[in-house]
Amino acid sequence: MTTPEPALVRTFRESAGRAVATLTRVFGDIDLAEDAVQEAFAVALERWPADGVPPNPGGWIVTTARHKALDRLRRESTRTGREAQAVALIGEPEPEPEVNPVADDQLRLIFTCCHPALAADARIALTLRLIAGLQTPEIARAFLVPEPTVAQRLVRAKRKIKDAGIPYRIPRDHELPQRLPDVLAVIYLVFNEGYTASAGDSLTRQELCQEAIRLARLLHELMPDEPEVRGLLALLLLTESRHQARTTEAGDLVLLPDQDRTRWDRDLIAEGQGIVRECLRRNQPGPYQLQAAIAAVHSDAREAAHTDWRQILALYDQLYALAPTPVIALNRAIALAQVAGPAAGLDAVDQLDLAEYHLYHATRADLLRRLGREDEARAAYDEAIARAENTTERAFLASRRPAAT
Amino acid sequence: MKQYLLSVHMVEGTPVPAEADMQRMFAQVDAFNKELMTSGEWVFAGGLLPADTATVVRAQGGKVVTTDGPFAEAKEQIGGFWVIKTSDLDAALEIAARASAACEGPVEVRPFQDDPSITD
Repeated sequence: MTTPEPALVRTFRESAGRAVATLTRVFGDIDLAEDAVQEAFAVALERWPADGVPPNPGGWIVTTARHKALDRLRRESTRTGREAQAVALIGEPEPEPEVNPVADDQLRLIFTCCHPALAADARIALTLRLIAGLQTPEIARAFLVPEPTVAQRLVRAKRKIKDAGIPYRIPRDHELPQRLPDVLAVIYLVFNEGYTASAGDSLTRQELCQEAIRLARLLHELMPDEPEVRGLLALLLLTESRHQARTTEAGDLVLLPDQDRTRWDRDLIAEGQGIVRECLRRNQPGPYQLQAAIAAVHSDAREAAHTDWRQILALYDQLYALAPTPVIALNRAIALAQVAGPAAGLDAVDQLDLAEYHLYHATRADLLRRLGREDEARAAYDEAIARAENTTERAFLASRRPAAT
Repeated sequence: MKQYLLSVHMVEGTPVPAEADMQRMFAQVDAFNKELMTSGEWVFAGGLLPADTATVVRAQGGKVVTTDGPFAEAKEQIGGFWVIKTSDLDAALEIAARASAACEGPVEVRPFQDDPSITD
């Protein structure tokens, strides 16, 4: 078999998630659904290049996969129980793929994949595999883990879904406030993994950002009234808009104040800011919306010196009130240093219990350097370098460290 | 319907709660048990005496060896449990949350192997 054309792979990926979700509902079995969709893809690889992509690729994949699943069940028809019943049930005339049930199918599967009873890395792998339609080797490459590790994670997670009885349903309204943040966190982590990555094939990792944005768009389509879903999408778009400016051609990190803002992606900014305005209008703030609003204020400033730090500080105050974590307090202290000077910022930083976090030391180091306390700054940079996990960040910190005199 | 074991673990060295606290927990668990019986999710439940009252029996090669103490030399030992039947894990987790509030401690939820005789 030749390497599949990228366009074909993309079409497949975009339809696969929907197809797996629908077949999971019909057959009540994720593995069966997945295998059938994979088989349908193999058929597509054979036929599409010659016959052309069908007008409704998604519908084609669902129909083909459904036949494949039924074939499999018939072959194994000696089996008793649920699957035999399923054959009886769905040997009936084919339902046309409709829009709303399909959307519900996907939403159900998203909540299953991001269920809190699954380990965090399993949630990410399942979501990328079942919702985003990525293949196991692609996930392994993107997360720089061996393929068997990802495969095992997926197998284990799917077994737990089945054995523990993790349901395949959209949480009820009263459960949503608890369950939705888990889904948002998975998408955010996928994005972050792509965004902060420096090691490995950066192109592959960059794809994770695109996948996360695609997932956020999908979730927004499926849950258009959830303010935090909107907030997450805006946050990802606005963060991604700075992607080009964030590293030099040599791959070195460029901090926000030093970025060439002409390289920011204006289209992404316009889209992200539009969503933030919509959030403000609806006025149901949440942590993702507030982070998006902060990103929007940054993207308003054509030059770093024009940044409205007072507004950013006010947004961090609001964010800290909702989510009082030390990391948010650290970011608030950085904004405070811009408004009230590095001494005030340092005071706030020194009250935090974050000694294991490299950015805590990096922030202290920067403030100490600005205060002219070079010996202390050097020591803080050393602490930060010792804790930074990624080579780009380490190189950056080393370049900032004042030379010993 | 699926069955789940909801277990509560006692951690060695944790101070015994004051009498008033114990009475409060007992009352809470009692009320919770009645709710489970009314809703039909109840299968069985019980509290256990401390692990040092346990005995391990091992039948091996026609001989029976009996030893004092719990099977696992662990700091955490099971202290009580419920067996419930629900439609899925989410329903079991919801009950576990109420169980945890009643007994004022963490509750572990573990599915039973499917029993074909349970059809309701």
